[in-house]
Amino acid sequence: MNDFWKRFSRNRSAVLGFMILMLVVFIASIASFIYPDDPFSLAGKPMSEPGQNGFLLGSDSLGRDVASGIAHGAKTSLLIGLIATLAAVFIGVIFGALAGYYGGRTDNILMRITEVFQTIPSFVFAILLVAILKPSINSIVIAITVVSWPGVARLVRGEFLALKNREFVQACHTLGMSDRRIMLAEILPNCLSPIIVIGSLMVATAILIESGLAFLGLGDPNIMSWGFQIGAGRTMLRSAWWICTFPGIAILITVLAINLVGEGLNDALNPRLRERN
Amino acid sequence: MTDKLLTISNLDITLPEGSERALAVENLSVDLAPGETLCIVGESGSGKSLTARALMGLLPAPHVRVSQGVIDFCGEDLTKVTERRLREIRGSEISMVFQEPMTALNPVMTVGSQIDEIFRFHADMSAQQRRQRAIELLADVQLPDPKQIVSAYPHELSGGQRQRAMIAMALALEPKILIADEPTTALDVTTQAQILKLISDMQAVHKTAVLFITHDFGVVADIADRVAVMQYGRVVETGSVDKVLNHPEHPYTQALIASVPSLTPRPPRARSEDIVLETKDLQKTFGGGKSFFGFGQPNRIVHAVKDVTVELRRGETLGIVGESGSGKSTLARCIIRLLDSDSGKIMIGNVDLRTLNRAEMRPWRAKIQMVFQDPFASLNPRIKVGQIIAQGPIIQGASREEAEARARELLGIVGLDERAFNRFPHEFSGGQRQRIGIARALALNPEILVADEPVSALDVSIQAQILKLLDEIRERMNLSMLFITHDLRVAAQVCDRLAVMRYGEIVETGATGEIFDAPQHSYTRDLLAAVPGQNWDRQTNV
Amino acid sequence: MNRSSKILRYVGKRLLQGIPIILAIVVMNFLLLNMAEGDAVDVLAGEAGSATPEYMAEMRAKFGLDQPLPVQLAVYLKNVISLDLGYSFRHDMPVTKLIVDRFWPTLLLMVSTITLAVSFGILLGVFAAVNLNTWKDALISVFALITYATPLFWVGLMMIILFSIKNDWFPTSGMENIGAFYEGFDRVKDIAHHLVLPTITLSLFYLALYTRMMRASMLEQYGQDYVVTARAKGLTERRITFVHVLRNALLPVVTMVGVQVGALIGGSVIVESVFAWPGLGMLAFESLFARDLNLLLGIFLLSSALVVVVNLIVDVIYCFLDPRIEVN
Repeated sequence: MNDFWKRFSRNRSAVLGFMILMLVVFIASIASFIYPDDPFSLAGKPMSEPGQNGFLLGSDSLGRDVASGIAHGAKTSLLIGLIATLAAVFIGVIFGALAGYYGGRTDNILMRITEVFQTIPSFVFAILLVAILKPSINSIVIAITVVSWPGVARLVRGEFLALKNREFVQACHTLGMSDRRIMLAEILPNCLSPIIVIGSLMVATAILIESGLAFLGLGDPNIMSWGFQIGAGRTMLRSAWWICTFPGIAILITVLAINLVGEGLNDALNPRLRERN
Repeated sequence: MTDKLLTISNLDITLPEGSERALAVENLSVDLAPGETLCIVGESGSGKSLTARALMGLLPAPHVRVSQGVIDFCGEDLTKVTERRLREIRGSEISMVFQEPMTALNPVMTVGSQIDEIFRFHADMSAQQRRQRAIELLADVQLPDPKQIVSAYPHELSGGQRQRAMIAMALALEPKILIADEPTTALDVTTQAQILKLISDMQAVHKTAVLFITHDFGVVADIADRVAVMQYGRVVETGSVDKVLNHPEHPYTQALIASVPSLTPRPPRARSEDIVLETKDLQKTFGGGKSFFGFGQPNRIVHAVKDVTVELRRGETLGIVGESGSGKSTLARCIIRLLDSDSGKIMIGNVDLRTLNRAEMRPWRAKIQMVFQDPFASLNPRIKVGQIIAQGPIIQGASREEAEARARELLGIVGLDERAFNRFPHEFSGGQRQRIGIARALALNPEILVADEPVSALDVSIQAQILKLLDEIRERMNLSMLFITHDLRVAAQVCDRLAVMRYGEIVETGATGEIFDAPQHSYTRDLLAAVPGQNWDRQTNV
Repeated sequence: MNRSSKILRYVGKRLLQGIPIILAIVVMNFLLLNMAEGDAVDVLAGEAGSATPEYMAEMRAKFGLDQPLPVQLAVYLKNVISLDLGYSFRHDMPVTKLIVDRFWPTLLLMVSTITLAVSFGILLGVFAAVNLNTWKDALISVFALITYATPLFWVGLMMIILFSIKNDWFPTSGMENIGAFYEGFDRVKDIAHHLVLPTITLSLFYLALYTRMMRASMLEQYGQDYVVTARAKGLTERRITFVHVLRNALLPVVTMVGVQVGALIGGSVIVESVFAWPGLGMLAFESLFARDLNLLLGIFLLSSALVVVVNLIVDVIYCFLDPRIEVN
């Protein structure tokens, strides 16, 4: 663990990303304390510029506080990103592990299914799913999960395919070990690093998808999110630039930070790749 | 001296900080005369390959670099010349052949265009002339149908053919020096013999000096005029091939040469009557399946194991020898039921293992165990050594305490410290890992051990130790062994009997001594004839 | 058999392989349609304000909605095969016709985006790799990192603020100035003028992606054995980079272009709705609010088919670039 942190911290931008990410997490966790009121509620004079009328980042046409929205939206983004990624990784690992380990017909069937899901334009599919299931936090998580798992499945399948022919796995067969134990205790621990890396990058993608959905008006109507703020503010683009600008910066910084952490993890967990650069 | 083409003196090559040692090569001095072959021989990590790269200015800068010394090439110091001058020299005056013919050529350019580049950069020739010359060169290295090969891509050639193309490329401008960095290590023994002959033929025609890097003393004996032996970055001994190979002075050289297995088979032992394992008409094919939706033609069928019938008697070691692709590893994996074979029988006593399902097979696993080739891939990097060894008995029903006690005992038997128990595999060297692999196989007290090239990834001195360990264990536990190898020297020292495989078939079986003395099949004769360093063996053994 | 006829056969085979994928998507489409709350008749009834249950049952019978699911699926499949994607009650037009009308603007946007993103991405990636660990490399990497993390719609809005509101350089929306009735070359110029901001917006993300990939791919190829061979032949670094490394490094990037087409279509939904570009994405956005599921599913189906076709094209291009691919 110490060793890992040493390698991770060698990448300075990754450490910066980690610090920013911790800040975002911090803001999300204290959002209800600093802005105890509902972020949808009228908090003061509409269309206030940043700094005016007690609004740090201004207010929108309905007098909602942009800063409060950003703080509460952080919670939404992080939560949806995390849950959807966990679910996608779970499904992807199962699909990929079974396909890669058993090969042959199983692999063929599972990979055909994966291929169908990969062919479908993912964002359009996500829109469709949310539209059909009615916008809610559940349907958004489901939609993001459904469009994200094929990537994990492909990765895990590749890893399992390569590792199952490694001699240490063959040795387990010669000892009479069960398939389940070989998959879970022998192979899976050896492909955790790439799964962690792809997972961290997927959180970033999930946040982007969520904001896109919310921007198009497919967010949960009861939950504040950055994409919703931008979507609501776009009609006031000429008169109130701040409504769209600040939530966008929040998305940018968060996604950037997660990507930096992901790259740092990649460097720290796959040291071989780093040597080349 | 003026008659020397190349004089390296006091060369130091530094490694990046944090490496195992500060200098990859230390105070190295060797020289090379025109038309001479100098072999630099050493085990992995001795610095021999970096020395070769340093000559060409091809060290992986900036981390690895020459920090001291002179490389005098015809009066020029190659450590001091400009990059531009170095480029002029590379390919035209000094050229190089590499170890891996599979990766050393650009996969998306034709062989012809890769030869063509040399002329474009170093000679003033028209496109027509260049092409003509490329075809001539390919003909010179005895490639069949050079007109076709000139426009072929590397993946369309076999390993041996690629290495010939590399040699053609290296000799294109008749360089003064040819550096060959383990050029035959990745090749089969018969191909190796051809490539070695080609290099010495070309050398005779072009009067090229050859700097030959190798780890194989047999190869040294066949081609070297002079030898330099390297250990930990230093040259420990130099001299004529006769002096170094037959009268080595330095203890390291003596030890290395003593580790080289002799080609004279070990004395035969009495054969038991008791058959512990036999296969009858075993068959294994790969491919032949159709794609998922049944489109297109079925894949090509490869007959990896064809009608193989062998028997293994108690206490005996049966060697399965053959070149890559002969099916010897597939056969081993079929016998141990890592692969399902198509038909035939695998008999232990009255039981046909081939027909058992996984659950039925489980109790038999304890009887037949395997030692693998790659000491790095054969141990799970995430599991502690003690657990790796104890796993088998636990699966087979032993209690954890019993299994762990057995594991500790086995660590001692294979010559490892008991503290190894709680360490991870990456903390051990290749030879030590191979010992762990052997301990794992022994943990179930097997009767039969299948060893798949157990020493071919190891340096020759470690190889000798592991072979000795296997021999001791076989005696001690009265093991019967199936020993897969491509190395006839190893086979001569380890096996009581041999089965020679080619294209999935066994072409000849018999006692090791008989096969070495009077091979019946022409392929066996070819194999034996291709083993490098035979004359040297005869000298030392007479 | 020569290579080109082999490739032709390969194309045929790949087309055949594409069919089950499309089929699976059609079936999924059908299931999604059935998952949605309320059917077409409900929508119609809602439109009309009031409808008797008898009338609705009659309508259901007319549309075949009272049939068991497998029968409905068979009918749906038959319709799709004859390119009948149903009727958009909202637009009062067959879905197929609507989609075909809106397809060309989207294609224009996508082609210009891919061209821009791929060409500049490769250029920047090579440039960064050649100048590894210099300020040029750092600058490109930072640029790529930031654009890679920016949501498309936000870029679009910021573009509008910068280039349309603050400086009136480009139009904020639409594909052409309808009122001006331009013809011939003037019309082309007008469309191009409208195309600039959407294209830049949509390409930025992919530009970043290809830049990063190309850089990584170049660096990976620099580490290969054949590069050492090339150096040992005395070639210049220039030739090694542009002849040996570049060709090999391009291969994974070409594959990526195919993989990313699906994502590009998703991106065009957002960009088109930001810039009111009258393409499929905009249509999808409109149908979303009108709850016109038939139309949405039609768009979805067509975009999936488009991905299959583009992937096929990319695979064929790949065959020509990589001699190692055995096409038979």
